[in-house]
Amino acid sequence: MGIWQVMIEAFRAMGMNRLRAGLTMLGIIIGVGAVVLMLAIGESVRGDINQRITAMGSNLFIVFPGSSTANGVRAGRGAAQTLTQADAQALAGIENVEYSAPIIQQPFQVAAGNNNWNAMVYGVTPEYFSIKAWDTEAGSLFGDIEMRSLSRVAVLGRTTAQNLFGDMNPVGQTVRIRNKPFEVIGVLADKGSDLGGGDQDDAVFVPLATARQQVIRTWFPGSVNLIMVQAARADRMKDVEQDIVQTLRIRHRIREDQEDDFTVRDLSAIAEAAQGIATMLTLLLGAIGSISLVVGGIGIMNIMLVSVTERTREIGIRMAIGAKRRDVLLQFLTEAVVICVCGGAIGIALAYAGGLAVSRFSPLAVEISSFAIAIAFSFSAMVGVFFGFYPARRAAGLKPVEALRYE
Amino acid sequence: MPDPAMSAQPKSDPHPLIRMQAIRKSYFSGDIETPVLHGIDLTIERGEFVAIMGQSGSGKSTLMNILGCLDTPTSGTFNLDGAEAAQLSDNDLAAVRNRTIGFVFQGFNLLKRMPLVDNVALPLLYAGVSMREARERAMKKLALTGLGTFGKRLPNQISGGQQQRVAISRALVCDPALILADEPTGNLDTTTSQEIMELFTRLNREQRITILIVTHEPDVARYATRLVRLKDGLVTYDGPVAGAHF
Repeated sequence: MGIWQVMIEAFRAMGMNRLRAGLTMLGIIIGVGAVVLMLAIGESVRGDINQRITAMGSNLFIVFPGSSTANGVRAGRGAAQTLTQADAQALAGIENVEYSAPIIQQPFQVAAGNNNWNAMVYGVTPEYFSIKAWDTEAGSLFGDIEMRSLSRVAVLGRTTAQNLFGDMNPVGQTVRIRNKPFEVIGVLADKGSDLGGGDQDDAVFVPLATARQQVIRTWFPGSVNLIMVQAARADRMKDVEQDIVQTLRIRHRIREDQEDDFTVRDLSAIAEAAQGIATMLTLLLGAIGSISLVVGGIGIMNIMLVSVTERTREIGIRMAIGAKRRDVLLQFLTEAVVICVCGGAIGIALAYAGGLAVSRFSPLAVEISSFAIAIAFSFSAMVGVFFGFYPARRAAGLKPVEALRYE
Repeated sequence: MPDPAMSAQPKSDPHPLIRMQAIRKSYFSGDIETPVLHGIDLTIERGEFVAIMGQSGSGKSTLMNILGCLDTPTSGTFNLDGAEAAQLSDNDLAAVRNRTIGFVFQGFNLLKRMPLVDNVALPLLYAGVSMREARERAMKKLALTGLGTFGKRLPNQISGGQQQRVAISRALVCDPALILADEPTGNLDTTTSQEIMELFTRLNREQRITILIVTHEPDVARYATRLVRLKDGLVTYDGPVAGAHF
């Protein structure tokens, strides 16, 4: 008997007992729907985290100054002002380094008109914005000209702009930092919170040279709070890190038996950890979905066993008119698979609808990937084969004469 | 008391359709053996119309199941159409039931969710015939039993007599050598029974199909030409219907 014929018979058998077929299918619908939706949600969480990591800057090192020891008391990291703008320039020359951005920072009360707001003020070079892949949503960033001319210009983060100017367009307005007026030339695009939860948009950026001269007092001329170094390639992170250490040790004249007076932190490690968490989350959600799919599969097995018992006589008739055991096996197996695949299709449709709903009512953008659909579909067919096999084999193993006699 | 007709056997044909020798069948329930057939010898030639009679418990259903390759004997040899049944695999037996034998049951045994034409076509599908051809041939057999226009109906939309005609069409669809009918008129009224029996007679005469009917009604048995009477698992009479006592 051809497979099409067997399929037609399977649909006929389902049509005979619609309520039962529907309820059996419901188990698979929920199972497949759960798997697809859970995977999609996990995937979108991972995407969200990835986006945040990219926003933070990818392939990133942060170089901190080391600790200082004064009068026998060791201060914390960054207490010593050992890093300089010249260090940053040297690091920019390392092979596979894309950008090197020195940063000085200090919190200030920033005022505009009658409003004031406490924000971190950063003195940065234009490379900083390149590393962060950060652009303005209004106005423009400052470049080398502003750096050299010691212009009193500022670029505001979104949160700071909001708090100082409300709905007004800040570009062209003036903010006062330490009572010195700065012209706002740009407002940065929304960046959201960093992985630690801090608001990256609550910041004021001014050219490094201007900041050093007019706002932020540093330990000595040229010292910086930290240096961000971006590697050009993810697979060169280890080499670049070694080169950074080497370069700084030479520049700081550190003897072999002395410790580094700086710390290099690889942010990609943090990114990897976050991605690992996201992967675990996806697996966890997928596992929860799979459990419901297995439960649905057991439902199929249950109903198929009932069906085999109920249709014992039919099996006997089929055997009497020439059905081989293989034919009977195939028939019941096909019925189970058809139920599973139909349930799977409906489940995928429901997951799609669920994904749209989640996207609409939550910040997550859930997208059902064709990969998840393919997985769920083949998985539901496998559930059909797996849980349909035992009942089908039982049907095929019936003795013709006993099956015919069954009332 | 041996019947004189029994000694008239065996006939001369060296290749009869059915040859049974010393067939025994026991059912086992745990260690307890319940013998049903005590050694049946039976030879049936091609083209015969045989009625098997006997009271319930005489073993006629068991004999029928063995003849139909639905069950296997405990001992003895059974040769059907030149093949030794004991040597056939499950698949071979399925093929024999499919091609050599056509079954007609007391309860019709149609599949109730299938249109009649598909019911009749089903054995052909198991034989590997394409759907289209199977349906065409099924329609021809339905026409042969007078139901040529009923193909699309479902079994529950026609009468019992009509259902039995469909069952006979199904039995005929693979052009078998033998039709085994187990109480084919048991669920039918007298008039319908007569119609069905006349149909069997016609098939036997016109198409030379060997027909074996199990019945306990003398009126039905009279349509046959040969009578085999069973009692307690043994053949007590085997001879022409004409001279038999009912």
